[in-house]
Amino acid sequence: MAVMNMVQAINSALALEMALDDRVLLLGEDVGRDGGVFRVSEGLLERFGAERVIDTPLSESAIVGAAIGMAAYGLRPVAEIQFMGFTYAAMDQLFTHAARLRSRSRGRFTSPLVVRTPYGGGIKAPELHEESSEAIFCHMPGIKVVVPSGPYCAKGLLTAAIRDPDPVLFLEPTRLYRLIKEEVPESDYLVPMGKARVARQGGSVTVVSWGSMLDTVLKAVEGRDAEVIDLLTLSPFDVETVLASVARTGRVVIVHEAVLSCGLGAEIAATIAEEGILHLRAPIIRVAAPDVTMPMPRLEGRYLPDAARIGRAVDQLLEY
Amino acid sequence: MKTESRKDKLQRMLRMMILIRRLEEKSAELYSATKIRGFLHLYNGEEGVAVGVMETLTPEDAVVATYREHGQALAKGIGAGAIMAEMFGKQEGCSRGRGGSMHLFDAATRFYGGNAIVGGGLPLSVGLALADKMQGKSRVTCCFFGDGAVAEGEFHESMNLASLWKLPVLFLCENNLYAMGTSIRYTQAVQELAAKGAGYGVPSAAVDGMDILAVEEAARIAAEHVRGGNGPYFLECRTYRLRPHSMFDTEQYRTRDEVEEWKKRDPIDLFIQRIKDEGIWDEAEYVAMESDVAEEIKAAVAFAEAGTMEPVEDLTRFVYAEGGRP
Ligand SMILES: Cc1ncc(C[n+]2csc(CCOP(=O)(O)OP(=O)(O)O)c2C)c(N)n1
Ligand SMILES: [Mg+2]
Repeated sequence: MAVMNMVQAINSALALEMALDDRVLLLGEDVGRDGGVFRVSEGLLERFGAERVIDTPLSESAIVGAAIGMAAYGLRPVAEIQFMGFTYAAMDQLFTHAARLRSRSRGRFTSPLVVRTPYGGGIKAPELHEESSEAIFCHMPGIKVVVPSGPYCAKGLLTAAIRDPDPVLFLEPTRLYRLIKEEVPESDYLVPMGKARVARQGGSVTVVSWGSMLDTVLKAVEGRDAEVIDLLTLSPFDVETVLASVARTGRVVIVHEAVLSCGLGAEIAATIAEEGILHLRAPIIRVAAPDVTMPMPRLEGRYLPDAARIGRAVDQLLEY
Repeated sequence: MKTESRKDKLQRMLRMMILIRRLEEKSAELYSATKIRGFLHLYNGEEGVAVGVMETLTPEDAVVATYREHGQALAKGIGAGAIMAEMFGKQEGCSRGRGGSMHLFDAATRFYGGNAIVGGGLPLSVGLALADKMQGKSRVTCCFFGDGAVAEGEFHESMNLASLWKLPVLFLCENNLYAMGTSIRYTQAVQELAAKGAGYGVPSAAVDGMDILAVEEAARIAAEHVRGGNGPYFLECRTYRLRPHSMFDTEQYRTRDEVEEWKKRDPIDLFIQRIKDEGIWDEAEYVAMESDVAEEIKAAVAFAEAGTMEPVEDLTRFVYAEGGRP
């Protein structure tokens, strides 16, 4: 075991997968000589060479497009897009090809690639550098969407994502990159995709969240009998774990930093309503950002859900 | 109209370069003091490009810029106070405090925005120029972008469209040899960017971007071509960013020696030397100019400090048109 932050844990996952499987390679802007915009790929060029750690021009669409081609020929490309706001430039390739290759060819062609990108707010950066638009990607069948909430799960999930036979969007909560340090095994291990984690046990209310909000949620529920579920994989999400918790608590708060409307919270709430409504003792509450573009850093606190807002939602349900 | 003397003109251009340089220096300082938040990309070393090009544009011409756009904004006529207040996130800023350093906008000076997306401004400038053409206006849309943007699809799509439709776009590439942490050596198959124009039938030229008068001359040819209804023009200005890419850059991709070498070609120093060579340098006026610029920057900071934050109720405004359907 070693103590790692999320940057180190992700670097460790990449290095191990590259060492274990020579089909694994990285590509993206500044990933090689510069070590990546958040220094996630530091040292990998020196270790694995420019054939496997590929510096690309500013060409998001072609970065993902090339990854699709390489994946179709059996390689395991891991593409980095520097911020989630720039994945929009790559969305065409991701949505029109990566997501559909398997379905379109009825399983004869596949695109087992990973797109990694820093995600979410709370870093005092401007819009487009604090995007949390996960729901858009979750809406597209054929792409899996994963969000770790700390170094341990980041390493295990990324390893799982690289080994996964389908395209995975791996969202790295930027705020957490260096915030949390924890014990992380130095060797490779898997945190399975598609499986949520019970981050805290409790009996009276279920709070579902993910990514950088998790840490805020855990603070918010202190002193309350709340169960906290860390979703980890957003698409397809772990319905079973969520429903099992709701069956015990009968109350649900869903917290995300993305905007409210058509956010992933809506999908989770609808699923609970369809499959678990008889367990509910109170309406479902979503705590999310207002339906506006992320404002500038000084207004960030008014935009992102904070512990006080989450705490009020939990109390409202407990008193219902 | 009284024509401006050579000396006055060069002094005015020098003053603008110095104003840009001092604004950037002040911004770096205020960023460290957390007065400015968000990202900050400074223009030090590239002043000759914005100021030289702007000499050839009229107030009616539009400018589309990148996230490294304080220089273009000042040179186009947005006040230092409005820019500083914007970076402070104050309502008195040119984008009401919501754009920040990367998204300066100003309708009065026809400044159609900084743009955080590399290459994002190029298609916009095609649209502005197309609208101008359809409305019979003989205005130029000058679109600034970096060498990095040339790799994006938007560059190629925009060049083709502008050429195909003979649109009045001046494509102005600031080739500073790096896109963030990666040298152009590793990203362009053809590093003479001006050569790209040929494939689209867009007349092109490259110029030393550290020489403001050379920039002005090349830009004048370009702007006149565009203004004359001959379609777009592509001008590559070869320049260098003397500071890190942003405030978070450890500059591992280039050597100190390389930066020091380029500092010898600091466009402000070169221009001062040029004015001296022409025998119209006046040291006393220069000293007065520097202190005048210092006052202007001081006033800009005071304006930003005194500015106000957006009221809480405005958080959800400006998402859609207000007051129902037009
Ligand atoms: C579409 C997109 N991809 C990546 C980025 C991240 N990024 C910001 S600036 C930059 C380098 C751009 O270089 P260049 O166009 O040469 O402009 P310069 O910064 O040198 O002025 C990169 C990669 C971005 N803002 N937008
Ligand atoms: Mg550049």
